Amino acid sequence: MALIQIRGLRKTFGSVTAVAGITLDIESGEFITLLGPSGSGKTTVLRMIAGFENPDEGVITLGEEEITHLPPFDRDVNTVFQDYALFPHMTIQENVEYGLRTRKVAKAERARQALEAITSVKLAHVADRLPHQLSGGQRQRIALARALVLRPKVLLLDEPLGALDRQLREEMQIELKRIQREAGITFIFVTHDQEEAMRMSDRIVVFNEGRIEQVGTPEEVYERPATRFVAGFLGVSNILEGEASRAVGGSGASISIRPERIRIEPDSYKSSGEESALVGLLTEVAYLGANTIFIIEADAGARISVTKLNQELPSQNVRFATGDRVLAVWRKNHASEISV
Amino acid sequence: MATGTKSRPISSFLLRNPRIRLIGLLAFPMTWIIGVYIVSLFLLLITAFWYVDPFSSLVRPGFTLDNFIDVFTVPAYLSTSIRTLFIALAVTFLCILFAVPLGLYMAKIARPWVRNLLAVAITLPLWAGYLVKIIAMRLVFTEQGFFNWAMAPFGIKGPGFSVPIVILTLTYLWFPYMALPVFTAMRQIPHNLFDASSDLGARGFMTIYRVVIPLIIPAIIAGSVFTFSLSLGDYLAARFTGGATQMIGSLIAANINLNPPVAAAFSMIPIAFVVIYLMVARRTGSLERM
Repeated sequence: MALIQIRGLRKTFGSVTAVAGITLDIESGEFITLLGPSGSGKTTVLRMIAGFENPDEGVITLGEEEITHLPPFDRDVNTVFQDYALFPHMTIQENVEYGLRTRKVAKAERARQALEAITSVKLAHVADRLPHQLSGGQRQRIALARALVLRPKVLLLDEPLGALDRQLREEMQIELKRIQREAGITFIFVTHDQEEAMRMSDRIVVFNEGRIEQVGTPEEVYERPATRFVAGFLGVSNILEGEASRAVGGSGASISIRPERIRIEPDSYKSSGEESALVGLLTEVAYLGANTIFIIEADAGARISVTKLNQELPSQNVRFATGDRVLAVWRKNHASEISV
Repeated sequence: MATGTKSRPISSFLLRNPRIRLIGLLAFPMTWIIGVYIVSLFLLLITAFWYVDPFSSLVRPGFTLDNFIDVFTVPAYLSTSIRTLFIALAVTFLCILFAVPLGLYMAKIARPWVRNLLAVAITLPLWAGYLVKIIAMRLVFTEQGFFNWAMAPFGIKGPGFSVPIVILTLTYLWFPYMALPVFTAMRQIPHNLFDASSDLGARGFMTIYRVVIPLIIPAIIAGSVFTFSLSLGDYLAARFTGGATQMIGSLIAANINLNPPVAAAFSMIPIAFVVIYLMVARRTGSLERM
């Protein structure tokens, strides 16, 4: 049985539907990411799991216990907030001790556990400082220590890396993943950054307009996007519709094919049975350093973007130029049919 | 502008002479502060060491500590000082007790229109005259007043004009000076600190005690300087709603013609109380840790 079961969860704010009835199972020890653009409902779902918002409909179960309407202080989950929410008037040590204090842990034990947690995020030397004396990355790690010291069953992370610069962000991504593995705690991570989601998650839940578009491993959601939204939100995709779809042997339903899975061949090329091909005019070649992007206007009516990794010096490896008639070729099992 | 030297001689003169510019800026306020504020306070302090000639009843310059000795040794004087201190502390405490939950409600729970309505309701009494409010309280608590009339069915009778009514009247007078800074400070507390506190297991009271109060302490101290010092110096509330209650202000008012040096010595007491109060507040460190 899943650790967290969400059934038919719904939440509206005034006339705005933030979460339009979602159902989701989260397994114990899993690193699961709620991914979606802002306003897609992912943060509201997180806040309902934490207990900060009351759902209009639906049920949330944690372990054996229904927690749908329990107050936050009665739930065995803790949150790392987007802007850390450290108490500005307390030292780092006092911040980390706060949750232990609410649980009436004795003073000496409280201090010991808090220091251990601060040490585990490598910040023992700042224990006596106030939050405003710390850098963003340090505050982030203290927010993490403050939540983890309580050993919750589930840790909720609300875009915790959003305010960090790129390098720090990548360090923290690795660090978070390590902590999650070592502590064996279920992490529910909210982000709008698809790369971050791909990098860390066991599973990704893609949100759009208050609904779940798809749930799956990073590979599943990238390779087999269920909807046009997922195909477009995770990476770039070519969508073939109508005539273009039928031209490659499809039923007419939309087909998604990633730009890096397509190669360009001369129009004399004979594709094998395992391959699909569309003939068209090469209209643009853009050199971007690591990659070169080719744009092909297919005769069947589709604009196909092809990405080629530049493993050779492009200037010594020119095979095609704008204005050439070319074939866009890909393996059939790399394309997937999408709905909507 | 290149033509500035010709067309604006004063401006360019001031621009080249920062010292004169500074004098121009501060001449009036400094005259006011030094000439009126500081000098009059200083004269008050000096007067406290003068004495009244027993034969002519005229104030004579000199140096005597008798006035201060009187203030601290005459039992009626001493008990009045202590009563005044108690009243001022009680008023401050009541104001805090009302302002914190109200501020919390206004800042974090109330809808915007309720919040605005309450903000107006808090400040509305400031529009009425000070004496008007004291008389209003007198009318409420007088023998045949509103309080006794409204409470009669429950068999409750008001205490009559006495210390508790003085405390209520002063609380009524000075409440806005506590409520507004507390409300403003409360609004500045990020909402996610409330979420974080409850997420970490704290119930409402613990959140108020450990998160809200420490964060609004500077506002409470700012507000209490008003409620405390204004209460210490007041005597009309005691006069009209206190019955026989005397406060330091009553003694100053009684002595101001008969014995100005004693009145001056008494005036030093509230100032000393406020200075001690601020030093204690500073000592706790609650002002620096923000």
